[in-house]
Amino acid sequence: MSVKVYVPCDAATVSVGADAVAKAIAEQIATRRLGASLVRNGSRGMFWLEPLVEVETPQGRIAYGPVSVDAVAGLFDAGFLEGKPHALRLGPTEEIPFLKRQERLTFARCGITDPLSLSDYVSHGGYRGLEKALKLTPQAIVEEVTNSGLRGRGGAGFPTGIKWRTVLNAPAEQKYIVCNADEGDSGTYADRMIIEGDPFVLIEGMTIAGIAVGATSGYIYLRSEYPHAFRTLRRAIAIAYDKGYLGENVAGSGKRFDLDVRLGAGAYICGEETSLLESLEGKRGQIRFKPPLPAIEGLFGKPTVVNNVISLATVPIILDKGGEYYKNFGMGRSRGTLTIQLAGNIKHGGLVEKAFGLTLREAIYDFGGGTASGRPLRAVQVGGPLGAYFPESLLDTPLDYEAFIERKGMLGHGGIVVFDDTVDLARQARFAMEFCAVESCGKCTPCRVGSTRGVEVINRIIANENREQNLELLGDLCEVLMDGSLCALGGLIPFPVQSAIRHFPEDFQKPAPPPPASGSSKVQETQSWR
Amino acid sequence: MSKEQRWDADRALSLIRELAHLPGALLPILHALQDEFGYVDKAAVPLIADALNLSHAEVHGVISFYHDFRHTPAGKHVLKMCRAEACQSMGCDKTIRHVENRLGVRLGETTGDGGFTVDAVYCLGNCALSPAVMLDGKLYGRVSPEVAEFLIESAQRHS
Repeated sequence: MSVKVYVPCDAATVSVGADAVAKAIAEQIATRRLGASLVRNGSRGMFWLEPLVEVETPQGRIAYGPVSVDAVAGLFDAGFLEGKPHALRLGPTEEIPFLKRQERLTFARCGITDPLSLSDYVSHGGYRGLEKALKLTPQAIVEEVTNSGLRGRGGAGFPTGIKWRTVLNAPAEQKYIVCNADEGDSGTYADRMIIEGDPFVLIEGMTIAGIAVGATSGYIYLRSEYPHAFRTLRRAIAIAYDKGYLGENVAGSGKRFDLDVRLGAGAYICGEETSLLESLEGKRGQIRFKPPLPAIEGLFGKPTVVNNVISLATVPIILDKGGEYYKNFGMGRSRGTLTIQLAGNIKHGGLVEKAFGLTLREAIYDFGGGTASGRPLRAVQVGGPLGAYFPESLLDTPLDYEAFIERKGMLGHGGIVVFDDTVDLARQARFAMEFCAVESCGKCTPCRVGSTRGVEVINRIIANENREQNLELLGDLCEVLMDGSLCALGGLIPFPVQSAIRHFPEDFQKPAPPPPASGSSKVQETQSWR
Repeated sequence: MSKEQRWDADRALSLIRELAHLPGALLPILHALQDEFGYVDKAAVPLIADALNLSHAEVHGVISFYHDFRHTPAGKHVLKMCRAEACQSMGCDKTIRHVENRLGVRLGETTGDGGFTVDAVYCLGNCALSPAVMLDGKLYGRVSPEVAEFLIESAQRHS
């Protein structure tokens, strides 16, 4: 009997040596003439343990990690193919507390299967959602998604079913499904992980969306920073075509659905849905005025569903198990599960899929184990570069869309970036404005000009030039940005800035830093680059 | 970075023609040109404009809008360094400073010998293993100044 050894192929695991470990394991299997085979799976999402190697034993999968190339020979000597003891042995994978306490619905298969094996996908419950959808009327599919309470996981939290209903009811010869895979928020990687770890679930979700609203064509807009995910998606799409799950006769239903993946080109703003559509059309990624909504006039002027990767990848399980099942997870108006991404200065960074309602503190300490540096936690930014900085005193906030809005924050795409006590929130506020200046599409004046003025004003505050007046000016500027910007970039960039001032005022009252000594000017320039 | 070659108008034209039929073909064409030549030569602008029935200004406007597209060849090795929040929380500034001093360039510049281009990026999606960089399309995590030094040295050895 051939023993299966799993070494993940996820880009993050490769970034810490998974390819080299896989190669070393393959060499050991060959030289020792062992009856074992190597499977490249997705990541389980426990990144501090990566590369995490698993061995299939009669007792289930046993994990070892983090495995370095140097440790490989020793693992074989210790008999890890039989799951025997070794210093890196972590026990049965499913029993690792970080994983055991999760509720994995969207990520049910991620890390378990070979991402590009369609037979793995099907034998682990894949395409059951599509099968059910094909027996329903379009209205009934949309109804199921509406009943599930699923809200857009990209950050805005708009009810997915309502969006679909609008497109379903919009008469047009051609409609589109567009997947927003422009995951640009720092601290987020769930889209990348599911694309690299279980790409067929996204393809299935988009296919169901197409059948539900009457769209025969779909595009995945993927950021160019994810070349690894791009390769996986292209191969998965080719396999799905080959096996009849895409194309003119989806799963023998007589219904058509075509799918293509397109690369972005390094513009954060293209995560905003109208910019994304402009970019897909081959234009500058400048935002459009709304209305008309993309659901009415979207890609190439046609009715278009634009959904985030996680939203679409959650559709198959909703169709398979029913909207009611999905709805039973969560709290308040936030139904189902949230894919929390623990990032930054965190001891146990990784993906936690859990029903809405877990508190920030539970996520950071019970799952994340506190800071990586071991120093006290000082600030947490949730929701990407447009999200607020929260102090320790707000850590009991539950992860729920409304709870974050009440505290002038934003849950966004579920990324949590932890900072220890070495962080300087005045610098973080300046970075927010800098980022906005670099990434502004330039269409509206508050964002285009206001962000650059914001950097200048914060520089003056840090340098202690007319500090009180400049703080007041910054407050006014933030108001102009919030009230006058066309989209969320300019409209929300005041969140990190104002939260930094509100919760960490002392960082804006420090003595001015000494002028740079000659010779070290480069360092200063780096810090306020562009 | 082995695939890159000198600008060749015939080769560019055949790449453009291959993709021109796609809906919204401009970005796929620009990516194909940059993959082939390492940058988008100014001479490509009229060729693309002609194939897609766009003005030169429209094509130029798109090239200049996106951070990815270059007008001039990049260095032999391209090092993209993340300077977004998650990487900041793990000290990416220190790694960036080290690389800048080591190579004598600032973010966005190419070394005098054409060996390295060092660019800033905002998130590589490796935020649980910060700081992250991408060297010649390969992702690396936990990149301390020491790891960055190692990466630079190995790249130099292999060039």
